[in-house]
Amino acid sequence: MKRFIVKRVAYAALSLFLLSLTIFLFVRLTGDPAVLLVEPGASKADLAAVHEQLGLDRPLWVQYGQFMSSLFRGDLGNSFYYRTPVLELYLSRLPYSLLLAAAAMAFSLLVGIPSGILAAVRVNRWWDSAGKIFALLGLSLPSFWVGLVMILFFSVYLGWLPSSGSGTVLHVIMPAFALGWYFAAAHMRLTRSSMLEVLGSEYVKLARLKGLPEALVISKHAFKNALIPVLTLAGINLVIMVNVAVVVETVFAWPGVGRLLYEGIAFRDFPVVQATVLLGGAMIVVVNFFVDILYAVIDPRIRYER
Amino acid sequence: MNGSRAASLTVAWRFASLRVEGFPWIPALILSTIAFVAIFANVLAPYNPEIGTLGDRFRPPAWQAGGSDAHLLGTDHVGRDVLSRLIFGARVSMVVGFTAVIVAGIIGTVLGIVSGYLGGWVDQVIMRVTDTWLALPALTFAIFLAAVVGPSEMNIVIILGAVYWTRYARVIRGEVLSLRERDFVRLAIVAGCSKKTIMRRHILPNVLNSAIVLGTLMLGVVIVTEAALSFLGVGVPPPKPAWGLMLADGKKGLMAGYWWLTVLPGVCIMLMVLSANLLGDWLRVKLDPQLRQL
Repeated sequence: MKRFIVKRVAYAALSLFLLSLTIFLFVRLTGDPAVLLVEPGASKADLAAVHEQLGLDRPLWVQYGQFMSSLFRGDLGNSFYYRTPVLELYLSRLPYSLLLAAAAMAFSLLVGIPSGILAAVRVNRWWDSAGKIFALLGLSLPSFWVGLVMILFFSVYLGWLPSSGSGTVLHVIMPAFALGWYFAAAHMRLTRSSMLEVLGSEYVKLARLKGLPEALVISKHAFKNALIPVLTLAGINLVIMVNVAVVVETVFAWPGVGRLLYEGIAFRDFPVVQATVLLGGAMIVVVNFFVDILYAVIDPRIRYER
Repeated sequence: MNGSRAASLTVAWRFASLRVEGFPWIPALILSTIAFVAIFANVLAPYNPEIGTLGDRFRPPAWQAGGSDAHLLGTDHVGRDVLSRLIFGARVSMVVGFTAVIVAGIIGTVLGIVSGYLGGWVDQVIMRVTDTWLALPALTFAIFLAAVVGPSEMNIVIILGAVYWTRYARVIRGEVLSLRERDFVRLAIVAGCSKKTIMRRHILPNVLNSAIVLGTLMLGVVIVTEAALSFLGVGVPPPKPAWGLMLADGKKGLMAGYWWLTVLPGVCIMLMVLSANLLGDWLRVKLDPQLRQL
């Protein structure tokens, strides 16, 4: 187990290193980073000052060392627009993103798990086909369009829900639905295939042979085990939701991390864009690491595999 | 050159020998209609998609009160004809979608083959980079790249290629790992073929099927990403008629209830993505049973 953890830590560290390197290199190799890092409309003297400050005339690896050392000090630069440290800004938006992601997750699980089970129990019947169509639609409709159409219907025509902003429970409903839609389809697919696998296993056969009623076999024996992969995926998806919510948050003017990224683009506030992407990627690497460890704890076979 | 021609012939033959049974006719029809409209956009579109008449702002579609036959699907916030913009938007989506899928496919397939066949440290380096890039949320990564290089149609293709090659590389590498151990590859080594020749003439034709299936499935993803980027203002630059851009413009009339500006471009995106996905699903099952669980 110890060796496994050490190996995973090394992998995660390597991923974080490559992530920072990717972002660092893209900014430097596609043009003059000073142009991006200086406020729009800055003078020649300002540009020169940034060159000096970043040491852009020095070798790349020295620059990378500086970039990393300021990262470790938690210094991600200052926002041009808000004039505050980017990290502070990011952390102040994160709770909103987490709230939205949690609501979207609740919605996607409430829809995805029951419909997935139903599709598996009634495999190749009407319910299954309906489920397939739902999954296909969920995976094909762009989330921001779903959001826009919902605004049109529920805010403009019916006037039931607020079209943008945050503050009340009513504000969360539409963004959560638009964001959770895709994931509901993904969770449904996984629940279905996982449930089908469990229903074909020996212990479920035994439970049936014992003479248990089918409803009990499904709810008590199959359901629990079929849920494990779904909940794992849901854990990872929660983090992914925070990071893909850019468009939905923009549509609903939801003040989360995604909206921050959008503002970063709109105001040409490059430090904000860079930090948001860097932190989002790092978040995913860290969560993947913990999921790997958790898996190894639950299932010893994984530990000895590598 | 000879190798790639042989490869394309094998692929053509495989397509011809596909059984027509179960062919998704409707999605294929929709996609070819969109392709047709895209090709003949300048003939079909009644107006210039980039120039509007300010006096004709926010006209509803012809069948609604206040609409006229002059603008069948109405006009937008600067009086541009929505139908013409949708027609030219098909061209943007098609061109960006297909070239991005092909760019990503070429990068991913080449790296996947090299990584899988050569193994060793080359494999390690390529796969670590692939894993890291896969971990980045595609949309966020694309936005970052777009913010760095600036918006243009050409840049979008490069960005989408740079973000999505990883999916191909992973799958193709896995296939190459098993192909490498097959007898025909061993024979080629014994016969004295160079590594380059083996990769090009023996491995490449055998992974093309998977690359094509992946490409069809990626088409939908790429089109949605392009629309999202354009919607956020880092994609196709205005006043070009892209569907994502139209949705962004449509927001200006959303609260006033001008539904056609929001619903119509979205329906176009949906039809195209749905068709591509259905076609991809069918191809996957037909061409490559191993990919069924993708």
